[in-house]
Amino acid sequence: MRAALLAVGLLGAWELYARLGGVDDFLLPAPTDIAGALVDDRALLWDNLVVTGGEVLLGIAVSLIAGMACAAAVHLSTTLRRTVYPLLVASQTIPVVIVAPLLVAWFGYELAPKLAIIALICFFPVVVTTLDAMARVDPAALKLMRTLDASRLQAFRLVEARAALPGLFSGAKIAVAVAVIGAVLAEQAGSSEGLGHLLLQAVPQLETARAYAAVVLLSALALVLFGALALIERRALPWAFQPSGGTS
Amino acid sequence: MESTLVEAPETEPRQKSPAAGIELTGVRRVFPARPEPVVALDGMALRAAPGEIVGVVGPSGCGKSTLLELVCGLQEPDDGTVSSDPAVYMPQRDLLLPWLSALDNAALPLRVRGAARRQARDRARPRFAEFGLAGFEATRPHELSGGMRQRVAFLRTLLADKPVLALDEPFASLDALTRAEMQAWLAGALARDPRTVVLVTHDVEEAVLLADRVLVMSPRPGHVVEELEVVPERPRSRTDPRVVELRERALRALGVPEAAR
Repeated sequence: MRAALLAVGLLGAWELYARLGGVDDFLLPAPTDIAGALVDDRALLWDNLVVTGGEVLLGIAVSLIAGMACAAAVHLSTTLRRTVYPLLVASQTIPVVIVAPLLVAWFGYELAPKLAIIALICFFPVVVTTLDAMARVDPAALKLMRTLDASRLQAFRLVEARAALPGLFSGAKIAVAVAVIGAVLAEQAGSSEGLGHLLLQAVPQLETARAYAAVVLLSALALVLFGALALIERRALPWAFQPSGGTS
Repeated sequence: MESTLVEAPETEPRQKSPAAGIELTGVRRVFPARPEPVVALDGMALRAAPGEIVGVVGPSGCGKSTLLELVCGLQEPDDGTVSSDPAVYMPQRDLLLPWLSALDNAALPLRVRGAARRQARDRARPRFAEFGLAGFEATRPHELSGGMRQRVAFLRTLLADKPVLALDEPFASLDALTRAEMQAWLAGALARDPRTVVLVTHDVEEAVLLADRVLVMSPRPGHVVEELEVVPERPRSRTDPRVVELRERALRALGVPEAAR
């Protein structure tokens, strides 16, 4: 209720500033103009939202699978922890803007370069949070597994892989927000569709309200995905939400 | 021939022919540390006949947990010899896996040995009544009381089906009342299903109530300073004069001043 009031207040202030503040429409459209664009351009916006949403979903899926696999490998192998982990950290410093054109040159205008860019930026939070969750497993639990004659792989499958799931979800929630940015950057680097492409066209065409409408949809996409993940997590990992839960 | 001794693989402890119990002699264990290495155990000896319950008491940091890890084969001694029938470790905290039901936690050793989930459950389920856990099969650990969690952990330890149990302060995290209940319960459970047990505890009374023999350890580097034979009959009462007397002797061996006992 208070959140809604705050939102209405902010939108009202924005509306007043845009109408009466003397700012050019092409720089800052009023909320009502953006709402108008959302309605008027709904077919165009929807088609592009479907494209971007698909890229984001697939990109997150790729990141989760690759992130989980990478976390497992780094967790189980000291050698990989020493060699691959620093590379992972370094990979995060690569500005996507720099490599995006290269990826487009390699993979073309199709889906592949978008997934690669989204995965490049989503992969890291997934690996780090998953790895941390694995590392938080009580060493005594692994000793116990050893005296139960569990092999290293069995212990991993029965204990660490399960204990890692809350970490995987945390990583996925972070990934959702950055995946949307990644998709926009990827589309701007080379695409003929998607909300990123729409943004790239709308701004020079002075369709600022339409560009803002696209931004609203991108935010909504991230919020919906975030909420869906939180919901799935609650259903799939009820034990992680208990006060004494977590990885004992 | 029936009389031929067959060395079975360690994963099938029950088929190992002659029961040997546990024997540690002259064990030394050193951990690298700064500024100088820590000698956890030095000249440590322990012997447990098959089916015997040996209590080990000692001041904190005297290497009691190291001793159990040596028995379980989780560590190797730097000097001396350790031989033991296959042992299963029961840590101080119950370490139940929060995502598994009580039944699946208890059945974990069976899963590790390759049983399918349903098969493992079918074998663990009949034991729940005997452990006072009937009706809690599907309950997750965080919804169980401390005593119940410990009983699930103990059932898990027994289902590992190993001749030796290495119990590391199993009741330390429980309140006094629950601890007393659990001690009586453990004595009963071991009477029904005898195993060779090393019971490490800081609670002298617990050792005297449950064990056949109590070893008192010195501060670090740990070794045995006194060995007490406990009265044979069970169940024992806390107020039995002989139990009280043994408790006093153990405390004296630990160097606890008269006034503090």
